[in-house]
Amino acid sequence: MQPIVTERVRIALWGTVAFVLIALAVPWFMWRSDAVIAGLPVWIWWHVGWLGLASVVFYVFTQRAWGLGVERGENRG
Amino acid sequence: MANVPLQLGIITAYLLIALVVGLLAYRVTDRTAEDYYLASRTFGTVVLLFTTFATLLSAFTFFGGPNISAGSGPEWILVMGLMDGVLFAVLWYVIGYKQWLLGQREGYLTLGQMLGDRFGSTVLRVLVAAVSIFWLFPYVMLQQQGAGTALVALTEGAVPYWVGAGGITLFMIVYVTLAGMRGVAWTDTLQGLFMLVMVWGAFVWVLAAVGGPTAATSKLASTDPEFLALGGGLYSPQYVISTAVSIAFGVSMFPQVNQRFFVAESKTVLKRTFALWPVLVILLFVPAFMLGAWAAGYGISPADGNVLPLLLNEFTPGWFAALVVAGAMAAMMSSSDSMLLSGSSYLTRDIYRQVVSTATQRREDLLARVGVALFAALTFVASLFQPGTLVEIGDTAFGGFAQLALPVIVALYWTGTTRKGMLSGVLGSQTFYLASVFVPVVPSSYLGGWSASIVGMVLGLILTVSVSLATVAAPEENASRFSNLQAE
Repeated sequence: MQPIVTERVRIALWGTVAFVLIALAVPWFMWRSDAVIAGLPVWIWWHVGWLGLASVVFYVFTQRAWGLGVERGENRG
Repeated sequence: MANVPLQLGIITAYLLIALVVGLLAYRVTDRTAEDYYLASRTFGTVVLLFTTFATLLSAFTFFGGPNISAGSGPEWILVMGLMDGVLFAVLWYVIGYKQWLLGQREGYLTLGQMLGDRFGSTVLRVLVAAVSIFWLFPYVMLQQQGAGTALVALTEGAVPYWVGAGGITLFMIVYVTLAGMRGVAWTDTLQGLFMLVMVWGAFVWVLAAVGGPTAATSKLASTDPEFLALGGGLYSPQYVISTAVSIAFGVSMFPQVNQRFFVAESKTVLKRTFALWPVLVILLFVPAFMLGAWAAGYGISPADGNVLPLLLNEFTPGWFAALVVAGAMAAMMSSSDSMLLSGSSYLTRDIYRQVVSTATQRREDLLARVGVALFAALTFVASLFQPGTLVEIGDTAFGGFAQLALPVIVALYWTGTTRKGMLSGVLGSQTFYLASVFVPVVPSSYLGGWSASIVGMVLGLILTVSVSLATVAAPEENASRFSNLQAE
């Protein structure tokens, strides 16, 4: 039983990470803001930084959890 | 735009390079369907990353996206970033990695073949292929129309539409039938790199000419201050989410993108591509769409034509503008050639060979190539007439493909899915979505701005799950076919 529970928890955790990455790719909390820094609206800087972060998180996922929920068993990494 | 000989020279040089690459690929391509359609599943990171990227980007990146940014503000960067950079990357793993593993183990070439095998159903296989071709055909037609029109504009009418579009069609038939997926992917890789270099070149050049991003943005703030504020106008939260979700799921079911899920050489290639995806998206879309938004500050409007070439004409020399237009042509061709190849594989393998009992393996090679030529010729002829119905189908193709995605994901991950569930989910969502496009009494927007595409996707999901729960799998269904996957 133990490994299955662990796998489910890991799927839930990474699923949450994916959801947060998707949900905040658009900075909803800056809605209607028109502040500009260095020639670009701040919300564009947020988006650029956020997608950079997404790339890093995706990389960590490929190193630590690739196969989760798709491959069978615990033999991955 | 002036200097027609120079511009024709640039386009011709570009076509010749693509032809040479196609011939090189032809030398190493053998006669099997797996090699022709999937390059024997041997793509490395650079080729897979750029062929998928170049395939995703059509005329839209260079013309449509900057036009929307110039007309409604640069929020389009967020729509495309959310859709392409994050949502599609997640689907790359959820759908793509699973399909890749299945393709490795079971040898699938197409989505319809995979589903037909799992559910023991030729009907499902033919249905999925037919639905895909229904949405793909007019979309290819629009690309040819775009290329032909761009060539007319570039040469100021010296090359008539039918010569431009027809020449490009003929050219694509030659190198796609010769070299198959390998030729397509190698040319895509060159085209993708070329586009990236061109967009950054344009970005730097225009900014140098106008005095930097601060000056360009101040100008925009003086003419269209609303553009700098996030949201507003076209961009409601419902619009942003509906558009990004619908396009991302739709893209994953586009034949030419879905088939690329099968072609990676190894798990490592898929991992690297997945992690690099958001960065590549930002690198291309931020400069391309900001140029579009800034153009509005200099009085350039989409009403005058495509804003990116107009902006370049204003601030860069003619040869450079011609190079960027060549980049846009590259974008259109790299999408069209992939669509022709994948469309013909659906047509010949999933429909013709299932329906015609005399189809033999021996004729596969010929059939594959005839399929490409036929598909290309038919879309070209359709583009000459540009029937309104086809244009409408092409414009709504992303939503049409998006309807397939959720039933497919359910099938990939839930062994309880039944054939009847799949047929209901696919037919139900397609019927609803088609009705929303063509039947006036069916609304295209729901609950304060959610698109019919999103509503149809939810409907397809509910139908697939509920009908599966209510029915029992037939003996010939293989519930475990998509399970117990193991890399290496």
